[in-house]
Amino acid sequence: MADIRNNFVGIKSPNPFWLASAPPTDKAYNVERAFKAGWGGVVWKTLGEEGPPVVNVNGPRYGAIWGADRRLLGLNNIELITDRDLYTNLREMKEVKKKWPDRAIVASIMVPCEEQAWKAILPLVEETEVDGIELNFGCPHGMSERGMGSAVGQVPEYIEMVVRWCKQYTRMPVITKLTPNISDIRHPARAAKRGGTDAVSLINTISSIISVDLDTFSPNPSVGGKGSHGGYCGPAVKPIALNMVAEIARDPETYGLPISGIGGITTWRDAAEFLALGAGNVQVCTAAMTYGFKIVEEMITGLSDWMDEKGHRSLDDVICRAVPNVTDWQYLNLNYIAKAHIDQDACIKCGRCHIACEDTSHQAITSMVDGVRHFEVMEEECVGCNLCVNVCPVENCITMEALPAGDLDKRTGKVVDPTYANWTQHPNNPMARQAAE
Amino acid sequence: MERLGNGPKAGIEAGRLAATDYEANFADLHPRLDRHEALVESDRCYFCYDAPCMTACPTSIDIPLFIRQIQTGNPIGSAKTIFDQNILGGMCARVCPTETLCEQACVRNTAEDKPVEIGKLQRYSTDIAMEQGRQFYSRKAPTGKTVAVVGAGPAGLAAAHRLAMHGHSVVILEAREKAGGLNEYGIATYKAVDDFAAREVDYVTAIGGIEIRNGQALGRDFSLSDLTAQYDAVFLGMGLAGVNGLGIEGETLTGVEDAVDFIAALRQAKDKSVLPIGRRVVVLGGGMTAIDAAIQSKLLGAEEVTICYRRGKENMNASPYEQDLATANGVIIRHWLAPKSIIGKDGPNGAHVAGIEVEYTAMRDGKLIGTGETGVIAADQIFKAIGQTFSASGLDALQFEKGKISVDPEGRTSLEGVWAGGDCIGTGEDLTVSAVAQGRDAAENIAKALAAAAQPATAVA
Repeated sequence: MADIRNNFVGIKSPNPFWLASAPPTDKAYNVERAFKAGWGGVVWKTLGEEGPPVVNVNGPRYGAIWGADRRLLGLNNIELITDRDLYTNLREMKEVKKKWPDRAIVASIMVPCEEQAWKAILPLVEETEVDGIELNFGCPHGMSERGMGSAVGQVPEYIEMVVRWCKQYTRMPVITKLTPNISDIRHPARAAKRGGTDAVSLINTISSIISVDLDTFSPNPSVGGKGSHGGYCGPAVKPIALNMVAEIARDPETYGLPISGIGGITTWRDAAEFLALGAGNVQVCTAAMTYGFKIVEEMITGLSDWMDEKGHRSLDDVICRAVPNVTDWQYLNLNYIAKAHIDQDACIKCGRCHIACEDTSHQAITSMVDGVRHFEVMEEECVGCNLCVNVCPVENCITMEALPAGDLDKRTGKVVDPTYANWTQHPNNPMARQAAE
Repeated sequence: MERLGNGPKAGIEAGRLAATDYEANFADLHPRLDRHEALVESDRCYFCYDAPCMTACPTSIDIPLFIRQIQTGNPIGSAKTIFDQNILGGMCARVCPTETLCEQACVRNTAEDKPVEIGKLQRYSTDIAMEQGRQFYSRKAPTGKTVAVVGAGPAGLAAAHRLAMHGHSVVILEAREKAGGLNEYGIATYKAVDDFAAREVDYVTAIGGIEIRNGQALGRDFSLSDLTAQYDAVFLGMGLAGVNGLGIEGETLTGVEDAVDFIAALRQAKDKSVLPIGRRVVVLGGGMTAIDAAIQSKLLGAEEVTICYRRGKENMNASPYEQDLATANGVIIRHWLAPKSIIGKDGPNGAHVAGIEVEYTAMRDGKLIGTGETGVIAADQIFKAIGQTFSASGLDALQFEKGKISVDPEGRTSLEGVWAGGDCIGTGEDLTVSAVAQGRDAAENIAKALAAAAQPATAVA
């Protein structure tokens, strides 16, 4: 049996699946249900400073987009940080931690960007004996208008400053949660590292308008006919999150900085992909909000079974394994040549590969052969783009087959070269490095 | 249970069931999909390139497009896509043997043995549009031309609608009391409930310029030459009025009936409990009419219903789906049995059916033969469903092929100014949807011919 116990910046949990700071972790009731269901840890919903709590809208807070059969693909929300009293939260956190010592509890915090505010709240959190803190520099809606959340996360200097205060005023591990609403995720990550953070977590939600009501012309969710941008999450954001995690994992300046991966994780596969791209553990929210806490059973067994099957004994065997394979486009091997191949036995003859290729790509797939409906790749036209694979409704019906070195590429009329050659070496590249005479 | 021991009443009797049973038995066979069901099902469509379902549809409805329109919340646009090709799309959604047409061609069959339910989706959007009274077509400016259409069945209605769109006036001459043809008289009751056929006639004729004259039969009330003399063009869209006989002893006994008459009477009866039905019923034949008669006999309360077909299961014209529907309703289907004679018994009102003697059959050297072995099936009532024929009276001026009117691919008969389509033509396929296609296409050709005739002759230099 694979060992999926997790040690993330010294915070131990029985598995790498944590619930992200969000509505599912707002109070003891939910968190205890989550722990009973098997979640390894939670990041408690973001605490604000002492005083009257924030208020939420009393209308709808969420909007969604759906795929086939109304499968939820993307969720957007305009809920703020916890609207419960600070001391109620702190008391419950302490009680739950005492009751569930083997599970991780991390306190998410968002207070004004003033040293005194952070200095005031940190001892209160420390007193609860939870395992660490997460700095919420991510939320793009509501709180950002008040100079918090992503308003801080978008300014690397602020990140560095606040992280430094936190490291100065608490012994607890500090996880800095980053906003994706920025042009280059490496800059805030580097700033957090400079400030001394123990880890970063990402991504927080993406600024979004989920849809427009075409009867009322109000954005959704509509609060009395008006809408405000929200934070986008769920399966649809996973590719964006994966890229940002990988960018930090392979950046020389942040290399080795622990990452808690967040963004659309719905199944064990999603989680494994985040781990492979450099995440030390993962945080989940939308999937739980869609299906309930029970999904963690699928995640735990799925990850563990896959690790057993592949011979990975612990999470360390998986974490970062894909990072060396992420590179820049300019280093991709231009001598690697692949052609699409359609398995005629698996083909259901829907023709989507043909029309996608014919209308929008390279005219490389037949629709009719000898008067019969037949879809086949014309290798002399196929550039190996993979579009047909992606639009085919049958998994593995169309595959990309690499041409072995020495074979003829019918499209170019050239023999496949076994050597690696990338754009930096290509004669068409004006910047190409010339070999010494 | 109080009847245990006595069994149901023998003979042919009405009121075999409780009043509520009739209502339940003759309710809609497949209730319309609700919005959620329609969205789930429409999501399954792959929007195929050059979609096989569309090719399989005799009226070439753009099926992927109308399904996508349902999926994106536009059922009205979806209905228009359907009606553009098939103005009787509502009835076709109910009666088309989709399992041998569009749904058989669906690529989901290859993928997972379960096609997209195209027929049900078609009904979803056409029902919505018809209930909202949405008319998508208006007449062009009147041309002053009038076309006679004989028969207000699917072919005639489709032709009339298309002619009206082109601005022509149409007079439909219909032999029966109501318009609709087989849709009104020949479809099993549970497939077109709530007077759908009549509502569809109203929907189709709402375009204007179409007058239906009932009780007007060709050869009785008017002749083909009357029509060619009085109208600018003629479209013949008659159905099959003749019924094949058995040619065996006992065929005239009380209790031996044509299945088509039984089906028609069922459709017209507002109160099904007044319809008499045998305790034991035998239906002869292997097509849709046999199935419809057998199932409805059962639904009227017959205790035992047997279909006898003289060939094997694979030869039956009724689709496997229809056969399954029959057996699910308790009908027994027996193959390789040919009727030999009908056995009578004297009663207070004269001789009536008591049973049927059948002979076992087999294929020998490609020919169907009787094996000589016989048996008797007890029956109070026997329905003949062994095929219908075109009775061609007053059509001597036309060329025929295999007993039906011969037409070219444009629907033209051998006589100038006369077109034909539907079950009366040689290429007729005994399908509502094919009749619609033929009526529509003939109307286009008529419109072309009338337009050409209206052009002033080009001066010759």
